[in-house]
Amino acid sequence: MAEALLEIEELTKRFGGVIASDSISLCVPKGELHAIIGPNGAGKTTLIGQLAGEIAADAGRIRFEGRDVTALPTDRRSQLGLARSFQITSLFLDFTVLDNVALAVQAHAGHSFRFWRDARSESELRTPARAALARVGLAGRADVVVSNLSHGEHRQLEIAMALATKPRMLLLDEPMAGMGPDESARMVKTLRELKRELTILLIEHDMEAVFALADRITVLVYGRIIASGTPEAIRANAEVRQAYLGEQEQRHG
Amino acid sequence: MIASLTPRNVVVAALLLLLAAVPIYAFVTGNAFLVTLFTRVIILGIAASSLNLILGYGGMVSFGHAVYLGIGGYAVGILAQEGVTSGFVQWPVALFVSALFALLVGALSLRTRGVYFIMITLAFAQLLYYFGVGLDRYGADDGLTIRRRSQFDHLINLSDRTQFYYLCLALLLATIYLIWRVVNSRFGMVIQGARSNDRRMRAIGFPTFRYRLTAFVIAGAICGVAGALLANHTGFISPATMHWTRSGDLIVMVVLGGMASSFGPLIGAVALLSLEEALPILIRAMAFPVFGDAAVGMAEYWQIVLGPLFLLVVLFARGGIDGLLAGARRG
Repeated sequence: MAEALLEIEELTKRFGGVIASDSISLCVPKGELHAIIGPNGAGKTTLIGQLAGEIAADAGRIRFEGRDVTALPTDRRSQLGLARSFQITSLFLDFTVLDNVALAVQAHAGHSFRFWRDARSESELRTPARAALARVGLAGRADVVVSNLSHGEHRQLEIAMALATKPRMLLLDEPMAGMGPDESARMVKTLRELKRELTILLIEHDMEAVFALADRITVLVYGRIIASGTPEAIRANAEVRQAYLGEQEQRHG
Repeated sequence: MIASLTPRNVVVAALLLLLAAVPIYAFVTGNAFLVTLFTRVIILGIAASSLNLILGYGGMVSFGHAVYLGIGGYAVGILAQEGVTSGFVQWPVALFVSALFALLVGALSLRTRGVYFIMITLAFAQLLYYFGVGLDRYGADDGLTIRRRSQFDHLINLSDRTQFYYLCLALLLATIYLIWRVVNSRFGMVIQGARSNDRRMRAIGFPTFRYRLTAFVIAGAICGVAGALLANHTGFISPATMHWTRSGDLIVMVVLGGMASSFGPLIGAVALLSLEEALPILIRAMAFPVFGDAAVGMAEYWQIVLGPLFLLVVLFARGGIDGLLAGARRG
């Protein structure tokens, strides 16, 4: 197995009586696209929150590139190269598209105690920002104020923001949520390109996309991992079929 | 600050010309009252501009900003009382003590959000207000008369009304320019980003607290200098300067004039203080033909008119007066 980029050991989180993460252990090697699926309320977003540092785990450890990051705050983890996107769009709505991405670039271009020069004229920030926009197909929308974008464009911008932080690993929380079929197809294409150079942890409900993209899949139910393996193995797993996939097939049928 | 002929730029240019011409008008007509009034407008314009940095751009609703006017004023007053009249000492002290107090307040309050933030800034301001009330050596409740204005050797004579006026105007323009540069810099992008979406700022790798705290300290320091000016202007400092209603006035100026706009706080200061002067006179003039002598008493309730006016601006002009002017360009 390739070198592990992200290692999760016995991660546990309780909210009152509800166990959101039930001693989750997971290892994502460098270069892998690892998908996490599971029914609503399985604790997928809570897991991302703990990995990104927004939610403190009750127990367990998180290692990134061999370094224990369990106690690090969100901004420090981002500096180490762990970038997340949000399920519910979280952008700077009153800024332009380019300003959004340029801020993400700026976060990783040294400290920001620079008080005088016009940040919007710094090519050091604008050029990489435009490049990140081009990668997600938003190059033509750079000067639009974000609140005027469509939902699908918001989702694309979410990815561009994460990319602009020069990450080593992406944590994507339902990047296709609420997208139409065309937009989803474009997002799958974007993710397939990103997969070549980045390690990705993907949470997604769109099964077609998950099985098309993932190298490995982990199934989470009530905060517990019930299966983890290749897409073929997951598809064939009886417990998974019963707990999750089966339900869907029945509903669709 | 792009030089083109929009309604907003015309109004700002006219306002600046007007401010520059006030002492000339006063000299020609012999009416010194306008210089006194507009010196006050300009000083409070500086204070409101400093509040705009954190309130308008940074989204930090400090409800205790007038406390720095008090700190700056007391720095001048207390030092003068103790025999230190040099402005070269008084003003840096006003600036540094204000910055230090802002550092303390900010370090505690910026860990909270919303109403809690407002309440903590208010609590610190009131704390200092009551401290001032208890300062028996320096006039306590009654305040402290400053017999000698800050001395700057032969550089400038603050006792000269006109010289003092133009110094205040220059400092106002310097403040507006400084804040304009700062909010468009990398630092400014960070505090504006934190206003817009602090959670995302942290997710993309910004430790936002230290940047917001720095903005809080800069705003406090600038307002401290405004306090030193105000004390020199009135020749007097009392705890009333720090009262929470004074902080409320500063917020009204910023919101009325236009949050996150370079000249908005100045426009707000001009509008609020002009209305304070003009409304009683207007009410008296309009009510006199109908109510006769009772109109004089009615004029005391000028705030009944001011309140709804402020409400209208807040409800229908999100960007304040400056936002209305900017909107007029598009419409």
